[in-house]
Formats: sequence, C-alpha cells, structure tokens
Amino acid sequence: MSVTAVAAGTRAAAGPEGAPEEVRRGRRSTPYLLLLPGMAWLVLFFAVPVFALASLSLQTRVPGAEIGVYTQTFRWANYSDALAEYAPQFLRSLLYAGLATLLCLLIGYPLAYAIALKAGRWRNLMLIAVIAPFFTSFILRTIAWRQVLADSGPVTSTLHTLHILPPGESLTASGTAVVAGLTYNFLPFMVLPLYASLERLDPRLVEAAGDLYATAPVGFRRVTFPLSMPGVVAGTLLTFIPAAGDYVNAALLGNPSTQMIGNVVDSRFFRVVDYPTAAALSFVLMAAILLLVTAYIRRAGTEELV
Amino acid sequence: MSWLRRNLVMIVALLVLVYLFVPIAYTIAFSFNNAGRSNLVWQGFTTKNWTNPCGAPEVCSALVNSLKIGFLATVVATALGTMVAFALARHRFRGRSATNLLIFLPMATPEVVLGAALLSLFLNVGLEPGFWTIVIAHVMFCVSFVVVTVKARLAGLDPRIEQAAMDLYADEWQTFRRVTLPLAAPGILAAALLSFALSFDDFIITNFNSGNVTTFPKFVYVSAARGIPAQANVIGTAMFVVALLVVLIGQLLSRRRAV
Amino acid sequence: MAGRDLRLDGLTKTFGSFTAVDGISLDVASGSFFALLGPSGCGKTTTLRMVAGLERPTRGRIRLGDEDITDARPYRRPVNTVFQSYALFPHLDVFENVAFGLRRRRAADVRAKVSQALELVELGHLARRKPAQLSGGQQQRVALARAVVNRPDVLLLDEPLGALDLKLRRQMQLELKRIQTEVGITFVHVTHDQEEAMTMADTIAVMNAGRIEQLGSPIDLYESPATAYVANFLGQSNLLPAAVAHRSAGSVLVDVDGSRIAVPADRCRSAGRDVLVGVRPEKVQLERGAGAPAGMNALSGGLVTDASFTGTSTQYVVRLPSGRQLTAFAQNTGRATVLPVGCSVTVCWDEAHTFGLDGAEDAAAGIETPDGPAAAARAGLPVGHVAGTGPGGAPDEPEAAPGTEAEATAAGGDGRA
Repeated sequence: MSVTAVAAGTRAAAGPEGAPEEVRRGRRSTPYLLLLPGMAWLVLFFAVPVFALASLSLQTRVPGAEIGVYTQTFRWANYSDALAEYAPQFLRSLLYAGLATLLCLLIGYPLAYAIALKAGRWRNLMLIAVIAPFFTSFILRTIAWRQVLADSGPVTSTLHTLHILPPGESLTASGTAVVAGLTYNFLPFMVLPLYASLERLDPRLVEAAGDLYATAPVGFRRVTFPLSMPGVVAGTLLTFIPAAGDYVNAALLGNPSTQMIGNVVDSRFFRVVDYPTAAALSFVLMAAILLLVTAYIRRAGTEELV
Repeated sequence: MSWLRRNLVMIVALLVLVYLFVPIAYTIAFSFNNAGRSNLVWQGFTTKNWTNPCGAPEVCSALVNSLKIGFLATVVATALGTMVAFALARHRFRGRSATNLLIFLPMATPEVVLGAALLSLFLNVGLEPGFWTIVIAHVMFCVSFVVVTVKARLAGLDPRIEQAAMDLYADEWQTFRRVTLPLAAPGILAAALLSFALSFDDFIITNFNSGNVTTFPKFVYVSAARGIPAQANVIGTAMFVVALLVVLIGQLLSRRRAV
Repeated sequence: MAGRDLRLDGLTKTFGSFTAVDGISLDVASGSFFALLGPSGCGKTTTLRMVAGLERPTRGRIRLGDEDITDARPYRRPVNTVFQSYALFPHLDVFENVAFGLRRRRAADVRAKVSQALELVELGHLARRKPAQLSGGQQQRVALARAVVNRPDVLLLDEPLGALDLKLRRQMQLELKRIQTEVGITFVHVTHDQEEAMTMADTIAVMNAGRIEQLGSPIDLYESPATAYVANFLGQSNLLPAAVAHRSAGSVLVDVDGSRIAVPADRCRSAGRDVLVGVRPEKVQLERGAGAPAGMNALSGGLVTDASFTGTSTQYVVRLPSGRQLTAFAQNTGRATVLPVGCSVTVCWDEAHTFGLDGAEDAAAGIETPDGPAAAARAGLPVGHVAGTGPGGAPDEPEAAPGTEAEATAAGGDGRA
C-alpha cells in the first residue's frame, strides 16, 4: 500500500475537475491483532471455564463409578439442594462481608480524607504507608493477627482486665475475629478509591458552603460526602465482592460455626469430592453478588467501571 | 482542646495507619524469634533465622516457585495487557463494550469462583494441576489489572504529542518507539509491579489450581496448623523491605524526572 | 532558497453528515504570512490539519508547487506544525525536542542548527531544561523553534498564542512577524482573533461555516468588506438596510429611512433593489444640530444615547428617528468636546467611505456574543457591536489522531459554535 500507488490510483479515478475519491487508509487490522492474544487468553481461561463451571453445576455423579466422575444431567435441583443445605453459610458470608465493608468505610474514610485534604507534602508517604503492609504475604498478616489476638497475647489480657471481654472468652476463633480480619485485609481497597475521589474535590466548594452559612459538619454532610460518592461506591464494591468470597480469614481466624461460603466450596472441591454442589454454590455466590452490586449501583449511581 | 478538634481527623488517620502496621510489626519481630518448630511464643532474640533463611524444609522451594511463577506471569500478563490497553486507548474497533466487559469481569468475580472455574476446566480437559496451571491462572487474573493500569496512563497522554512526532518526520514505528513507549513506560512498569505483587501473594486461586506444587502463600497456610517456621517471617519481612524500597526509589526517580 | 507556493483546490472535509470544510480553494504565495481567520467551529483548524496531513480530506487536492501532497503521510510532507497546546515531548529536554525532526531526517549539523533555532527564539540558555520546567511563553517558543529548525516549505500555526495572556500575546505577535521575515518561510496562521490576523498577516482568508467569505489584504478586507459577516467580524460596522433610488456611472443613490445616501458604484456589491449600506464607526462624524458639511452623506435627527470615554477615543451610540442605532468613534485629538447624552446630532461621513452589501445579507452576521448573533439583536445591541474578540481557548472542531477513523459523533453535535 505505498503512498504513490494509492495516489496514482486515486488520481486515475479522479473526476473531470481532479477531485478524487476517498483516500484509503491501511492497517485497519492493527487493533484486532493487538487485542487477539490478551482477549484470547481471557476467553480461554476465564469465559470458557466459567461456562465449564456452569455445566459442571448441573451434573450428577454416575452411580457406581469412582469418585469424581460425573455426567451431564441438567439437574437444576443441584441449585436448590445447595441453597437449602448451605443457606446459613451464604447469609453469613454476606453478613460478614457487609459488616467488614461498613467497618472499612468507617475506618477508611477518615484516613482517606486526611491523606487527600490534610496531608500536604506527607501525602505520598502516607499513601505508601497504606499500601506497604500489603507487601507482606496476606496469609502471614492474617496469622499475625491470630497471634496478636491470641488468648495469651497482650490484647486479650488487656480486654479481660478491663472487663470488656468476659473472662474465659477468647477473641480468636470467633465471628468477630473473622470480621476483624476481613476489615483489616480489605482496608486499602476502600481507602485508595476514596482517596482518589476526595483528591479530585475542589476545596473551594467547601469554602463556598462555609460562605453560605454551613458549619463544618454540615459542609461535610452536604458537600464533601456526596461529592465523594463515586469513591464510596467504588471502594464498597472493591471491598464487598472479594470479602464475600473469601475463606482464608474464616479458616484461620474462625471456627467451624463461622464458615463462609468460600470454605464450603473449597471443602466440596478438595475434601468431600462433590463438584456439582461446589460449582452450583459458586454460581449462586456470583449471582448474589451481581444482584447486590446492580441494586447498589442503581441506587448510588456510578459511571465507568473500568 | 481546639488543637485536638482541628487535628482530630489526622490523629484518627495516624491511628489507623498504626493499626495497619500491627501485623507487620509482629511479623518482623517474630522473624527474630529464637523459636523451635512453632513460632508462637517469644523465646528470645536471634539472627539465626536471617542467616539461615532456608533452614526450614520447603520454605525456599516454595519461595523459588512463587518467584518463578511471579516472573513468568508478570512477563506474559504485562505483554498481553499492554497490547490490549493500546488497542483500547488508541484505536477504534467493533466490540468495544464486549471487550471492556470481558476485562472487567475477572476483577469483579470472587477468587473462589475463578479458582473453581479454572480447576473444572483443567479437570475436564484432563490437565493435571501443577506449575503451569498456576502460571496460566495468574496470567488470567493479572491481565485485567495490567489493562486498567496501562490504559489509565495512556489516557493521560496528550494525543497531540504523537501527532507532533509524525509532523516532525517520525513514521508510525518511530513515533511508537521514541515517543509513545517512553511516555507509557511508567504505566507499564507500574502494571508489571502490580502483576508481580498480585501473583506472588495470591492464595485462593493458586490453591485451587496447584496440585502438589507449593507456592509461598500456600506453604504458609498449610503450615499454619502445625506451626509456621520463623524463616517464613524472614521471607515475609524481606519481601516487605524489598517492595518498600522499590516504591520509595520509584518515587524519588519520578520526582527527579518531572514527567 | 525560495520555497514553493501552497495551493488548496476544492478542499472538503465531512464528518458523517457534518461538513467542516466546504470546498476551500486558495493560493498561499511562498514567503508570505497568511492568516485563516474565523470563529470557533468555522473549519480553519481542520483545514490546517489537512495541510499538515493529520486529517484526510474527503475531497480536493493540496499542492506544494507542482507536487501533490494530498495523500502523503504527515512525516513525508515538508510541512511542520506549531500546535495550540505546543505538544512538546515531556520526556525530552528542550534541545532534543528541537532536534527531533532533524534527527528523524538524519540531517547533518544537528547541534549547530538547534543552537541557531534556539537563538532565534532567544532560549539558548534553557537548552537542557525539560518542558515542564518552562513557562507557557517559553514552551510556545520551543514549539516554534522545533518547527522552524526544519526549514519546511510551509509552517502551520494553530492558534499558537491562544493560551498566553494579553501582554505576552502582543509581544509574541511581533516576535512571530520578525521571525517570519527573518527566516522567509511561508507561515499559515490560524486564529479567531481578528486584531492578531490584521497585525501579522499579509493576506487574510475570513472563514465561516467551512467556506471562505473573503480573501485579501487586511486593508482590503477592512475597508471593502464583501459580506456582512466580514464587515462585522473585522472590527465593527454600521449596517443599514436601504432601497436603491437611482444608479449612475459613479455612484448608487439609496434611500435610508427617507434620507438620501450615496454609495460609490465600485464599492456597491448589490445589483438588485435592496442594499445593505455600511460605514465604519471611526469614519462617522457627529455634527451638533441639523447641519452637515457638503459632499458628505448625512442622516439627521439623531439622538446621542451613550457616550463612553475609552481614553484614545469616545464611543457614541446614536439613535435615529427610525429606531435604528449607529455607533461612532471620535478620536481623542483634544480639539472637539465630548457630546453629552441626549444631544441632537446629524450623523455624517465621507461618501467615499461608504460600502454597499447585497440586500439579502443578514446585518447581524458575524457579530460575536456569548449567545450568538440572534441574541445580540434581541438585546438591542447596536449593529456591529463588539465583534472579533470571541472567547479564547481551544476550537471545538473535531479532531482525530492519525491512525483512527474520524469521530463522526464528536463532530455532529458540537462542531459549530
């Protein structure tokens, strides 16, 4: 597609006044070539597996065959069975994730606010401080909390002495510990989007509010907070979604009665070999999350996701 | 008293930061613990864990696996993701919303579902979970993050700059090599670092797709029941220090470059 | 070395159903300073980008001398652009920015040429700084040096002074003119600022809605506008609807609200019965009472409704018995006293300064107010009030990066001011 060839072609095709047709621009395939490897990978290793999981969720064990052999039976009852049996774990997952998200918001908002609006030249350092703990292994951090909150540790003894915690009760291996762990582990996912949103806030808007007789709390409630909503929405989603599916916190910090749905899926895959149930549960989890997210987004409103 | 009111938010923020560092402090402290098999109770200060980081069985092989997988996954995910980001940011094509959706979904899907889905694929196909399935899985969930990061960087670049390069006699390839790529480089680098961090620290998806292969997070999880050796703390601390240094150096460099 | 003339033949650019540039034809003589003048959205920037190769014409040809460059890629054209946002390479220092084009063409003596170009714009001492460390004015000069150093046949400037403050802009206008004279390159300058165009250019093309309204020297355009648009866009004009009473060889006599006005025949562009009579405010004299000097066009019964002292002149608004308003500028020579508001005056001017436009023209065309010409009329502003100094800033014409298709949607909605 040399330039002169195209030019010659168009000149030849020119009308009587010398006005040619549209000049053809080459390399229209460039974007598709760029997209191909990455998107093919995602199709092959995300989309296809999700369909495979869907298909698996409708299968049943072949009677008499060895463990792990299934056949496709389109058994929709798998879903109702799974839901009936594991409804408590489901609801618990949503509850824990919801609590953790709320706590993350309460704890994380002041931090994001301070970094965005009060930190000045310490801003970058504080941001690094928010991210830095996550350079150590997620498992190590969670186990560290288990040690810190252990019965023999300083935290529990202090709480016992202060009679906040009844003697004999422990902090670990409880729902409280699981929620605490979830809150801790997902805090940066809340802080960073909040920070990004608050950083874009024009401080003169708050000044204008003050000029119009708003006190500081009112100014926050009516100007700052509403304008930071995109960050709140993003942070909430980024926290709730992974928290709902997490099982590490529940495994390390909880006990059998604090099992979350992730634990069930894990055990159904590896301990009790029951792939269809595990697959069905995964999909129900995904569906629940999608529903909640859609409802939330529609109420809170948001623009782009990516 | 008014000093307290004025600085209340900052005080709370600093307390939260302290809260964030508690487990880190604990991890670092207990890397110096003179512990036996179980690193649960403080038994005295020692540096022997640091001088003998591979002392506990499997620690170093798990670490090496994590590093290898991290490196491979980062290279592949960064390459694939950067190409997709360029296509999205600089070109027009059909199927844009489908592409955006497919990139967004893995980030929005719980890890349990991702891990389970991939495992069911591998089982269906008859592929034994092991080293390469981990790499495949890691690339899969890292690509989306790379795309988002690089695309954000590209979106911030003035498209006129590339036009200016062409106006000044640089053809498409030269423009890409001498203008676009250097300007996109910080974003690509950030994406690569993010990829590595995500891969190295991943547990759930890895657990589903690793078979007998152990990565560092998996090792720690499994040993949580019997007792995590202090060497794991050493490695955790080392990773923390290295990552912190990388970020701080990156900060200094970017301030110097003023780009 | 004499460069080549630039010729545009029927150049057209459409974005979907929207026509940004509608069959532009013009010749730019080598070594001249040419201005494309018009409001936001008139197609001037799109035309420029087509010459640069950053936009593909839908129809038409672009020629440099004998060479047809319409289909050539931007990097194969001996044409360089100074972008409105400067588009300096942020990762290269000033020296490398200026050297960029030379290096791509593997020119010899890069160091000497770059130094020379930097001296031309008086930035030699900042060669090693990065663009982010420079002020707006300095960045603008680097952008200029980066283009000039390549000695192109044509240098294109896309509203390069738009982002500078007033004083700096005035300074740079003179600088650009000096550089152009010194280097001898053809400059094609796109601007919405009519004062800027008239100060700097040898030839101006006034553009409106993708077409050229009039092309000529600043004096020709100002003293003999061809359309109401040009009359209002360049400076201010008083335009009065009139009916032709009598045509003779030398002049056309018309009736304006009962008064007889003479328009020189060679300055009357109307062939029919209706004429839009025009005269520039600075040519208008106000005489107290009912008297008028001989040999001048006169409209009696005027009432001064506003007198604004601006220092160099006093600007009067006079209401005629018919309700029409006229503007007059009286230079502050110190000889005459300021006429008070409410004073009765006769409006008169030398017959030779009259011009006549086609009667079908819209007398409010080309008046720039925030809400457009119609709002100006509604607001009762005098015809010809405040034209030219439109809002500064980026033109909202659609632009697409090379390698992408044109954004039809972007153009369709807000392509026009």
